[in-house]
This record gives sequence, structure tokens and C-alpha cells, in this order.
Amino acid sequence: MTADVLLDVRNLKRYFPVRGGLLQRKVATVQAVDDVSFSVRRGETLGIVGESGCGKSTTARLLIQLLAADAGTITFAGQSVGTSGGMDVRELRRQVQMVFQDSYASLNPRCTIEDTIAYGPSVHGVGWEAARHRARDILSRVGLDPAWFAKRYPHELSGGQRQRVNIARALVLEPKLVVLDEPVSALDKSIQAQVLNLLVDLKRNLALTYIFISHDLNVVQYMSDRVLVMYLGKVVEVGPVGSIYSTPRHPYTRALLAAMPSMDPDHRGEQAALTGDPPNPINPPPGCRFHTRCAYAEACCGASEPPLAADAAAGDHRTSCHMLLPGSGHTAAPIVA
Amino acid sequence: MSLQDTIAVRPVAEAVQRAQAGMGYWSRVRQRLLADRVTITVMALLACIIVMVLAAPLIATYDPGAGSVLTRLKSPGHPGHWLGTDEVGRDLWSRIVYGGRLSLLCSVAPVGLALLVGASLGLIAGYRGGIVNSIIMRSMDVLYAFPSILLAIAICGMLGSGLGNTILALTVTFIPPIVRISETVTAQVRSFEFVEAARASGARPLSIIRFHVLNNVLGPILVYATSLISISIILAAGLSFLGLGVTPPDAEWGLMLNNLRQAIWVNPLVAALPGVMIFITSMCFNLMSDGLRSAMDVRI
Amino acid sequence: MWFFIVRRVLYAVPILLGVSFVVFLLMKMVPGDAADILIPPEAPKEVAAMIRAHFGLDQPIHIQYLRWLRAMASGDFGTSIFTNQPVADELFGALANTLKIALPAGVLGFSLGILLGALAAYYSGTWLDKLFSAFAITGVSLPHYWVGMVLVAIFAVMLNLLPGQGMGPEGFPSTWEHAKHLILPVVTLSLIPMGVVSRLIRANVLEIRSMEFVSALTAKGLKGHRVLFHIMKNAAPSALALVGLQFGYLLGGSILVETVFNWPGSGSLMNLAIFRRDIPVLSATILVLASIFVAINILVDVLQALIDPRIRR
Repeated sequence: MTADVLLDVRNLKRYFPVRGGLLQRKVATVQAVDDVSFSVRRGETLGIVGESGCGKSTTARLLIQLLAADAGTITFAGQSVGTSGGMDVRELRRQVQMVFQDSYASLNPRCTIEDTIAYGPSVHGVGWEAARHRARDILSRVGLDPAWFAKRYPHELSGGQRQRVNIARALVLEPKLVVLDEPVSALDKSIQAQVLNLLVDLKRNLALTYIFISHDLNVVQYMSDRVLVMYLGKVVEVGPVGSIYSTPRHPYTRALLAAMPSMDPDHRGEQAALTGDPPNPINPPPGCRFHTRCAYAEACCGASEPPLAADAAAGDHRTSCHMLLPGSGHTAAPIVA
Repeated sequence: MSLQDTIAVRPVAEAVQRAQAGMGYWSRVRQRLLADRVTITVMALLACIIVMVLAAPLIATYDPGAGSVLTRLKSPGHPGHWLGTDEVGRDLWSRIVYGGRLSLLCSVAPVGLALLVGASLGLIAGYRGGIVNSIIMRSMDVLYAFPSILLAIAICGMLGSGLGNTILALTVTFIPPIVRISETVTAQVRSFEFVEAARASGARPLSIIRFHVLNNVLGPILVYATSLISISIILAAGLSFLGLGVTPPDAEWGLMLNNLRQAIWVNPLVAALPGVMIFITSMCFNLMSDGLRSAMDVRI
Repeated sequence: MWFFIVRRVLYAVPILLGVSFVVFLLMKMVPGDAADILIPPEAPKEVAAMIRAHFGLDQPIHIQYLRWLRAMASGDFGTSIFTNQPVADELFGALANTLKIALPAGVLGFSLGILLGALAAYYSGTWLDKLFSAFAITGVSLPHYWVGMVLVAIFAVMLNLLPGQGMGPEGFPSTWEHAKHLILPVVTLSLIPMGVVSRLIRANVLEIRSMEFVSALTAKGLKGHRVLFHIMKNAAPSALALVGLQFGYLLGGSILVETVFNWPGSGSLMNLAIFRRDIPVLSATILVLASIFVAINILVDVLQALIDPRIRR
């Protein structure tokens, strides 16, 4: 299946220095995003899940260049970003937009809704009146009556309404790809459903591509076509949503899914799947980063990092685990054919 | 309540809501200010003082420089001089209204200038961060190492007295605190997500500062500047009191206090009058600054 | 913790250098050469040049700076142009006199300020709060030199109770005769610190009181004044910072009060030096006062870090 790849990310790295000591020298690094690679096909929704601190939000910010990557390449619609001859950052920001988590903090309290949305187009050369007109258009698209909402201020709106404004702001520049960083996490469940359905409708009507970041597995399952699981700055598993949720292969994914609260009485009272605290991202464990919490860890797991490899049977479903790697030395690994 | 009433009430309620829709921050600040009786009174008083001072040529009864030694140090109520005369016989009322011009000029101008320079530097330092921030803030630290009064006196003392040097000295004294507060507030606002969102839409830094940062930092900076004016009045008058500020024969409240120092043994009431003006003006600016701060502290 | 102290002290070094640079710059900006005061106007060019060379004024500017800096650092503050006495002696004598009123004024102002502020916060909303706050804001808005004059008018002129001028005998005040000279200047000087400290304490205490841990303490059954103690501990760091700043005011701002009361402190010395254009005395005084201020700020930072563990990085 040759799908049209919209965004291709290779070997993305972002480290944060930790300073300390007498002269505030760099004493350690937080490896927030370490050698992350993935691609997003046109028209799909890629869900990114993981615990807090796994690097999801940092990855999101790297994608729209709010943070500069320390290493790695980003290719958008065939053009490489940030290099000479490729797409420049400003142009990327027209094509890729982001919806932020905190609906309140992401709106300027001193600006009207209309002005907040119109700011984007105005920055790219559209005159203010035309920009406001576009803002009102997009407001009605996200389900907010412009006559009512255009001249309001953020504090006069509810959480759900504010998030719709955020979505409107992201869409007014007519981007191709929208990165949604925990867009519904701060909302009540009933409002979450409304906003998610809005997102689904918009994606269909406007032919968008989404990257949907969340720690809520239910929401990710609902929204995504493919899912990417991150742990401590690395990608541990990626694949179609059905495959990941029905047959998770990485121990971490399995533990995450098992930890989802279930309505099924047969699943209650089971042991917690994950033990221990997530290790410090400043001193990640050697080898596979998950091996300190893994029930199946063996010597080879601490020695070398398993690459993200495709399972023989499941084509598109790739996992980074020694147990699935032929010849890795793990007792559960398949024998080299 | 019958169904009829309810239906009639709804359009009114909606109209009211629509009328109240979109009350921006500054409108609410104004609303709170107008409701604050103390601050309004104080601002009115300040307005009176400013008008009085500007209208000096019209309301002064004598030439502020003309005096006769025969009528020196007369108490208030003396015929023809309702506030009395100073140590060389000049009418005190005329000197107070004329002196107010220089006193207010020496207080407001330095804060205004320091605001222009300091707020710009602070905005740049707060927004850019990194090396630019370090250079600006470390330079301010050096100036901060002087107690403010000392710095003003040092500059005036070395460069000489006079109106220009006084304004320069006070401006330099006030720039570091304004830079510091601008930098703090700007760095804070910059970390807010709506600034990130603005960057994400591809805007250039100058546009972001103008559109998003400025209207959020202006409030606290202005409140601080107003409180600085109240200090500035006392400092400016103090400099003239020491002979470092405005020079005779100009009238200025602090200078008048200095001239009348010896008069305290002869006619204490007259000698104290210029100080009353300094006190009232400084107090008004202080109260106004407090009122602005509470009005702007609108919990959204 | 030691890292913090060492780092803080090391940081003061470039600051002090910067301060010395500013003072030197100001010295060089004095209209007219420093030697112009000494050179009689009718002296021939060679004599003028000789005098200049004697004072090192013909050297390039950075050499002058370095020589001056070395002299200052080693305690050689030069000689007063006016009195021909070594500056250091005059300066430290005057400084001691200033401390005689600055320290008591500081203690008085801070204690009254903390008391007023805490009381105002405790009774916040009532007329007592309004009264104390009015005191505080009056203290901050009053030109203290004017208050000095008024106090002299009342206590010295009208009531003839206290002396309105002068310091009285040298040395540590031990008798009433001696101490009564201190009362008016100390009260005058303490006004602004009292006002500033009281306003800050009141604002801080109110803010801390609204924090949840205070409700938790009260809910656990802690009595009112014990809760106040906890609140004060939290308010201490910023109060300390303010105390440091106010000491700077007391040192630098004493000049105004000393002028009113003819108190022979460092402020009066500066005043005289300004009018006599006695640049060595003036620059040395400014440099010493600023250095003391830097030292106080270091102390305040260290104390703050001791009390508030969040500050120690």
C-alpha cells in the first residue's frame, strides 16, 4: 500500500542540559527525545501515547519548530524543513498548526476571540478586515456563533468553547497537518465527546491530517488510525490502532493497556501491570530503556537497545523489543531462520 | 410568574448580556477604578494640582522672583500674601504655584524617560533571553549596586546642579528598577502558551511583542512607574534641598525648603509650607498607584 | 550551600569592578580637570603640565583607572584637596557617626514596620487596618527632610526639649545629655523604612494567609499567634530582601537628614565635598558606601537562602 507520506521524521533528537555546580556548567542532560523516527500519511490520524515525561509534548514542539532539534530531519510533503533549498520554518508554520492543551493559557486574555484568530492570517499578509472575516467564518465551522462569540474575551467562555476557539485558530491558516497536544485532557468527559466529534467532522470536511497526542488510551483509540507508543524519549511500538490495541507486543504497551480501568468485572482486582517509578530521564538505563520495569527483562536487554523492527507476521506493526528480534539473545526471541 | 412574563423577560436579559458581552480587560479596569472612591478622589486632587501649576501665570498674585526684604517671613494671612512670604520677602503662594512646575517636571519627566528606555530594555531582555538578557541584566546589576539616592546624588554631585543634570540623574536612577520589573513580567508572559501559539502561527518576534506581550505587561509596569513618581517627587525635591537640583532663583518646592531652613527658628509655619505640597503630591501618587494596582489585579 | 555562598561572593567581584568603573567615569565627567582646582589660573603652561603629571593626569585613561583602582583597593583613598588630610581618616570617622543614627533608625524602622504590618494584616478589613495602613503610606510619602525640619520646629524651637542641631560629644552615647541629640535624627530617618517595611509585611502576610497551608494549620487546631509565627517565617525572605535595600537607603539617604540636623556623618562629608569640589573625598565616599551596600546584599542573599530552601540551587 503506497500511501502518500505527508510528514517524515527521522532520528529526531532533543536534549536539555542540566546545569549545576559552581560555574553552572552542564552536569547532565535530559534526553527528552532520543532518536525518534516516524512518518504520517496524508489523511490519517497518528496517535501518540505515553506517560508524562516520555517526550510526547517535546516531539510535538519539535515538529512545528517551537523548539529546535539537536539532530534529525523533518521532511514535509517531500520538502526538507530548515535546510537551505527546502522549506523554511515560516512556511512550515502555515502548513502545520498546533492545538494546545491548556485552553485558557493558550488564549491571550486581552484580545477578543476574533482578534486572536485573525492574528494568524494577519501575520502572513492578510489585511485585518479580511482576517477578521475569515475568523468569523472559521468560528461558525467549529460550531460557535460568530455574532455571539467574535467580540468576546476568553474568560467569558467555557472550557469546551475555548478549545473550539483553539481549534479554529489552528484551522484558520488552512494547514494540512494539525498537531493536537492533549486537546481534550482538561475538559469534562461530556464536553470531550463533543470536541472529539467536532475534530472528526473537521478532518473529513477539510481533508486534514492529525497527529493526536494524549495519555488517555480510550480517546486515542477512538481518534487514531495508527498509534505510536513512546517511553522515555524513544518509540517503543507503532502500528495500526486495531493491531496495537488487540495484540500489543511491547511489554510496556501491554502494561499500559492492561492498566486501563475496565468495566468488565472479570478484569477487576488484577495486579498492577507496571511497577516502580519511571526512571529519571537524566540517567536513562542502558540498553532498552524499559528493562528496569519489565517483567521479561534479561541480560541482553540491559546490554543493547533493540531497534524498531517489523514483526514477521504483522507488516506495519513494529516493536522495539528483544523478545521479537531474531538472534537477540533473549530466551523468548524467535530463532534465526 | 406567568408564561407571558417569562417570554417578555428573556429578550431583555439577552439584550443585557449582549450589551455586556466582550468586556475587555481595560474596560473592566476602568470600571473598577471608577468604583474606587479613594482613588478617584486622589486622581481628581492630582488633576487640580496639575491645573494649578500649569495655570501659574494666571493665578499667581506676584512675580515669584520679586521680593522685598521689608516683608520677609510674614505669616499666612498677611494682607496681600495669603500664604505669607519667604526669607527674602517673595510671595509664598506665587512661588509655590510656579515652583510646582519645576517640581512636577523633575518628578514626572525622569520616570517617563526611564519608562521609555527601561521598559524597552526590559522587554528585549525578557523576550530574547540568553546572552542578550545576561548582558542587559548584569549591567543593570552594577547600577543596582548603588543605593538609589546615592546614585542620584553622585551624578548630580559630579556633574553639577541644574535642571538638566537633575533630570538625567533621576532618569539613570530609575532605569534599573524599571528594567528589572519589565524583564520579570515579560519573561513570565513569554512562557505563556498563547505566546507559543503566536510563534506557532509564524509571527515574527516584533509582531508578537507588539500584539501579545505588550498589552499584558503594560499594566504592572505602569503601576510600578506611578509608584516611582511618588518617590521621584521626594528625591527631586531632596536634591534641590541639598542644593544639587534646581538652582536659585528658580522656585522649586525642595529648594524653597532649603532656603527656608533657617526660617524655622523664626516662622515655623511658613518654613513648613513647601513640604506640605511635596507631601500631598507624593501621597496622591502613592494612593493612585495603589488604586491602579488593585484595579488591574482583576482576577479573570 | 557553600557553593551558593562562594558563587554569590564571586559574583560580587565583577559588580564591585563595575561600581568602581561607574564612580571613576563620573569623576572623569566632572566639568573641568581635577587639577584645575589646584592650578592657579595665571600659572604658565609648564607648571600646569608639571602639576598634572604629579597627579598622574597626563596618563591614558585606562592607566589612570587602574592606578586609582589599585589605590582604592589597598585602602589609600588619597588626600582631600581641601583639608590636605588623608581621606580615609575623615571618611571612617564620618561613617562611624552616620552609623550612630543609621543603626538605631534601622532597628526602630524595621521593628515598628514589622509590627504595624503584621497588626494591619491581622486586623485586615477593620478600621485598625485602615489606620495602620494610613500610617504606613504617610511614612512613605513624607519627605523625611521636611519632617526633620518640622520636628526641630516643634521639639527644639517651640518646646525646647531636644537639641535641633549637632551631634554632641564624640564617642558612644552613654548619657542622656549625649543621647538626646540622637532622638530627632533617628526618628526622622526611621520613617521611610517603617513605611516601606510595614506595607510589604502587610501585603505578604495577607497573601500567605490566603494560602492553603494556613487553613490546614488552623484546622489542625493551632492557636492564632502560633499560626502567625508560621506565616512570618514564610514572609521572612522577602522582608529580608527589603531590609537589605532599606539599609542602602539609610546609608545613602542619611545625607538629607544629616543636612537638616548638622550631623557630622558621611552624608555631611559628601555634601561638603560636593560644594568644595573635593573630588577625592566625594569619590571615595561613594565607592565605600556602594561597597558596603554590595556586602549587605550578599549577606541578605545568603540569609535568604538559609531560610528559604527553594532559593538554594
